[in-house]
Amino acid sequence: MKIVLDKICKSFAGKTVLKNVCYEDDFNALAVIGPSGAGKSTLLRIIGGLLPPTSGDLYLDGIKVSFSEKELLAHRRTIGFVFQTKGLFEHLTALENVMLPLIHSFQLDKAEAAERARELFARFGLEEEGHKYPHQLSGGQQQRIQIARAMAIKPKLLLLDEPTSALDPELTAEVLDMLGELQAGGLKTIIVTHEMGFAKKACEKVVFVADGTVVESGDSRQIFTEPQTKALQAFLNKVLEWQP
Amino acid sequence: MKKSPALFYKSISVVLVTVILVGFVWISLVRINHRLDFSTLWAYKYRLWQGFKMTLIMAFASLLVSLLLGSVAAMAQKSRFLVLSYLAKIYIQIIRGTPLLVQIFFFFYIIGTAWGVDNRYLAGVLILSLFEGAYIAEIIRGGLESIDESQFELAKAVGLTPAKTFRLVTFPLLMARILPALTGQFASIIKDSSLLSVIAIPELTQITQEISADNYRLFENYFFLGLLYFVMTFAVSLITRHLERMYKHENSAG
Repeated sequence: MKIVLDKICKSFAGKTVLKNVCYEDDFNALAVIGPSGAGKSTLLRIIGGLLPPTSGDLYLDGIKVSFSEKELLAHRRTIGFVFQTKGLFEHLTALENVMLPLIHSFQLDKAEAAERARELFARFGLEEEGHKYPHQLSGGQQQRIQIARAMAIKPKLLLLDEPTSALDPELTAEVLDMLGELQAGGLKTIIVTHEMGFAKKACEKVVFVADGTVVESGDSRQIFTEPQTKALQAFLNKVLEWQP
Repeated sequence: MKKSPALFYKSISVVLVTVILVGFVWISLVRINHRLDFSTLWAYKYRLWQGFKMTLIMAFASLLVSLLLGSVAAMAQKSRFLVLSYLAKIYIQIIRGTPLLVQIFFFFYIIGTAWGVDNRYLAGVLILSLFEGAYIAEIIRGGLESIDESQFELAKAVGLTPAKTFRLVTFPLLMARILPALTGQFASIIKDSSLLSVIAIPELTQITQEISADNYRLFENYFFLGLLYFVMTFAVSLITRHLERMYKHENSAG
């Protein structure tokens, strides 16, 4: 998928979070890395149409994304979004969470939606969890159900905002395995992550965001072995210090 | 998990509490040399029944209107139009900060007379609704604020329209949070409706006052009046408990 970010700026109540973000590439799996508070999540929300930028343009596969509320609705329906935490409706069961967008955003009838949801649950080994409410599920299960919900709408792009940062290593592996499998199946993904191993192995492109802007980007092999900027070198030294 | 106490221990405790409470009231009556005699009340059973129904009607009507008023005030408070927002905030502040009795006199004799509202039943419902609406507005505001922002962002992300977000997300989440408080407010409405007697609406309290002027059995009459109110509010609290359990079943994480 081709993506172009053209001078994207975002500020909240006078506080600048993103300044002049420019980036252009063609990717299958893109990892966004960088220190906390650098604006990674904000950038992902702009790409997903959840936040309008203060200024600047976004192009996906050559088509400019309009940030008028009406057209955003259509844009959001082509994208799957997985949140860091609390990404399920708390008053609905796991199955209902997956079915709701199918019925109410995609006008499937209830039987079709239930059928598709059940297929996904079976595929991801979640059959036992279908009738549980979010508070009855482990963090890892919640994230996998979020991914299942995002997959159910057959998105052209899947966005994930630190999907494993609230999970212990075992559950993290569980979620990343599922994701790796989907990427291998040709799904286009952008993931904001602190899992450097995953960014390196499962994503062929990497963007490094620091201080509200894209500092460095490129092929992941190159980014991790020959970082060009001081900022990225310092960041990698810090996060990889305790890696085996 | 707390172990529930043994049946024997439970029944002993119930008996003990009953003996203490009844004994206390009985000794108090003995000390003032009064013998309770409810037999005269029987003659007024038809009027009491009418009053009972009137209280329920006023309370139900006020519940509906105050829900509407409370919802509007809760929304208006968050409005970007400052006039609307200030109006709602001042309404809630003043109504919650003054006694219902004062409001009844003010709205009935000044506002009501000035604008020609001379149907006292309608006036009663409106005044009581105005009063309870301010409390309900606060319940709704608190409920809305307790919903995690993430739920709304999620609704956006899955492509729901604003109307569907309200119907499928905001409304059910809000109801789950505020239903217990709302039913509790209904119990308050039932009790507060007794003050409508000051504008001569023939509800339970007014009827009891009239009966007292007739049979001079004040203690018995008001004792019985209290009992009737308790029957109503106890029924409401049973419903509340049921609703709370339903809510817990779905969302114990709160």
